Amino acid sequence: MDKTRRKVLGAGGAGVLAASLPTGTALAAQPIKIGMSMPQTGGLGAGGQAALVALRMWVEEVNGRGGLLGRQVEFIAYDDQSNPANTPGIYTKLLDVDKVDLLIAPYATGPTAPIMPLVKQRGKLLMGNFSFQVNSKVKHDMWFNNAPWNKADGWSKGFIAAGQAAGAKTIAILAEDAEFAQNLADGMREIIGKGIGLTKVFDQNFPPTTKDFSSLIRAVKATKADLVFVACYPPSASGLVNAVNEIGLASQTMMFGGGMVGLQFTPIMINLGSKLNGIVNYHTYVPGVKFPGIDDFFKRYTPKAKAAKVDELGYYLPPFNYAIGQMLEQAINATKSIDDRKLADYFRKNEMKTIVGNFRFDADGERVPDHVITIQFRGLKDKDQEQFRNPARQVVIHPAEDKTGAVIVPFDKARKAK
Amino acid sequence: MIFSFDLLFEAILFGILLGCFYAAVSLGLSVAFGLLDVPYVAHPAVLILGSYGTFWLNDHLGIDPLLSGIMLMPVFYALGVMLYRFYHASFESRGGDASVNGLAFFFGLAFIIEVLLIIVFGVDQRSAHADYIGESLEIGEIRLPYRLLVAFGVALLLTYVLTLFFSKTFVGRAIKAVGQDEMALRLMGANPTQIKQMAFGIATAVNALAGAMLIIVSPVEPSMDRIYIGRTFCVVVLAGLGSMSGTLVAGLLLGIVESIVLTLFGASWAPAVAFGMLLILLGLRPQGLFGR
Repeated sequence: MDKTRRKVLGAGGAGVLAASLPTGTALAAQPIKIGMSMPQTGGLGAGGQAALVALRMWVEEVNGRGGLLGRQVEFIAYDDQSNPANTPGIYTKLLDVDKVDLLIAPYATGPTAPIMPLVKQRGKLLMGNFSFQVNSKVKHDMWFNNAPWNKADGWSKGFIAAGQAAGAKTIAILAEDAEFAQNLADGMREIIGKGIGLTKVFDQNFPPTTKDFSSLIRAVKATKADLVFVACYPPSASGLVNAVNEIGLASQTMMFGGGMVGLQFTPIMINLGSKLNGIVNYHTYVPGVKFPGIDDFFKRYTPKAKAAKVDELGYYLPPFNYAIGQMLEQAINATKSIDDRKLADYFRKNEMKTIVGNFRFDADGERVPDHVITIQFRGLKDKDQEQFRNPARQVVIHPAEDKTGAVIVPFDKARKAK
Repeated sequence: MIFSFDLLFEAILFGILLGCFYAAVSLGLSVAFGLLDVPYVAHPAVLILGSYGTFWLNDHLGIDPLLSGIMLMPVFYALGVMLYRFYHASFESRGGDASVNGLAFFFGLAFIIEVLLIIVFGVDQRSAHADYIGESLEIGEIRLPYRLLVAFGVALLLTYVLTLFFSKTFVGRAIKAVGQDEMALRLMGANPTQIKQMAFGIATAVNALAGAMLIIVSPVEPSMDRIYIGRTFCVVVLAGLGSMSGTLVAGLLLGIVESIVLTLFGASWAPAVAFGMLLILLGLRPQGLFGR
């Protein structure tokens, strides 16, 4: 009797449990949810919107191939308005309300930094999105950044190397009061502090609300520095380039630029046009750099970007955001799982193949070796988008394997170079 | 700190140019908030709307940005009249918490303008093109950007015209009177609501030209109003509510002090200067520089 009752209860319990679990068919019908916040308005909005075009393109393509693990991919993206204060709330919503399976970080360091403790606490895999050193202190073991840089010197080594080769002895640093720019400037200060033969003659921060840079550029000009290293976000980048164009720099200044975000975005590049000539700045990809599959990507991306009225050239963020999708796809297909821990283990141990080169990650989840390129703008005209497709207009001066030309100094001479 | 008298002289010179620009973008608010006591927090958003209107005329029709700003003034006048009518009918005429409700209304309006601009123009920075943008006047070692010289000239002209209008014309004097004693104006046979409506129209029309100045001075993007909200209110309160010449002086003061701090002491301190000055002045002279 007892045995029979146990059997009946056991069978009943199993039945209830089985009924409460989704069936194989129901699970297959449920999409894999991937969620993120992205700056779609505000200072970073232009870049964020272009990145979304590439991510949606990957979602569309992967779903066209039958999805992942036989399930369609559902993509959820909220606008964080480029405001770091908004991102913790958005990611809490993604996890608790939308119940997403996988997370992608918002574009840029500022909006990403505040979500790191939350994501670590929840034990979620987070695909980084062009942020800089946000995991260096948090040490989340499930963070993997799509950015081509790693340590701070990766951004500035091309600038420094070119400057030193030209015989530079002094440097001025201008940095925006923002997380990324400060990290970058700190990296540069650290390099100078190591005694590489460069003397710092000016070091100033400026607030993101600065709208007219004339006074600041006059102060820099007065220092007669050989190198002027700038770390800033897009709105300030435009203001600084305009001010340099009007006020000018000292005749002995060799190079200006370094870490200016925005000079990679098509609308800003078109707006500034010939004012960009001579500037040496970091980049992630320009025509002339050989990555397998990237030309095909741009053939598919350009019409979509045009329809969405965003960055049509899309050299900066879009291919790297598409690469996030490619990396997730590779890891999910290989592990046959969407478990955060299993995916993280796969990312750590394997080489990820993407349209922006093959990735391996260090213990902090950053790319090794890094692959930041340094370019010099030359011979640009005003109001011409297509000129940027010409490798001669953005000459790669660093690293050696991607080099398409030598840097021209001083700055005044480079401005006139064809 | 790098110091030389040349650098100080240049800092003052640029401060004057920058200050006139601050005054130009604050004049409309000086009329709406200073004279009419309307909590016009949408002022910077309307300013950006003027910038985008200028951008559209400049980009699509090739019209000079300055001329575009002037062409937009009648349209903005009409917009101002409509806005005031709505504000008056919905909040002011009902008494009670008109200021608080009006504040919410204008905040809402600012957000709507920002979203509309994003939908129509996107989030990218936009700038105007003209021969005087990006070029400088060279005087010896000094290079003065023409864009700031244009803002300087327009601000002076606008202040002069508005000062003349408010002191010499019947409508202008009526606008000043309505801010002081509405009942007395009513007893004189004038309709205060109509007068306020015209004043608000003028304040908004001035914004069209100031918006053109803004896009001449620097590229704009839809959310840029947030940067100017504090600075414009600071200039108006510093001036003494409703004083046109006071607005110019306050703008100049702010521009010069900001430029000196930025050049000689560090740009990080510059935003604190405006509000630091405001706090000190309000402690010493609560009615502002030119307030009575």
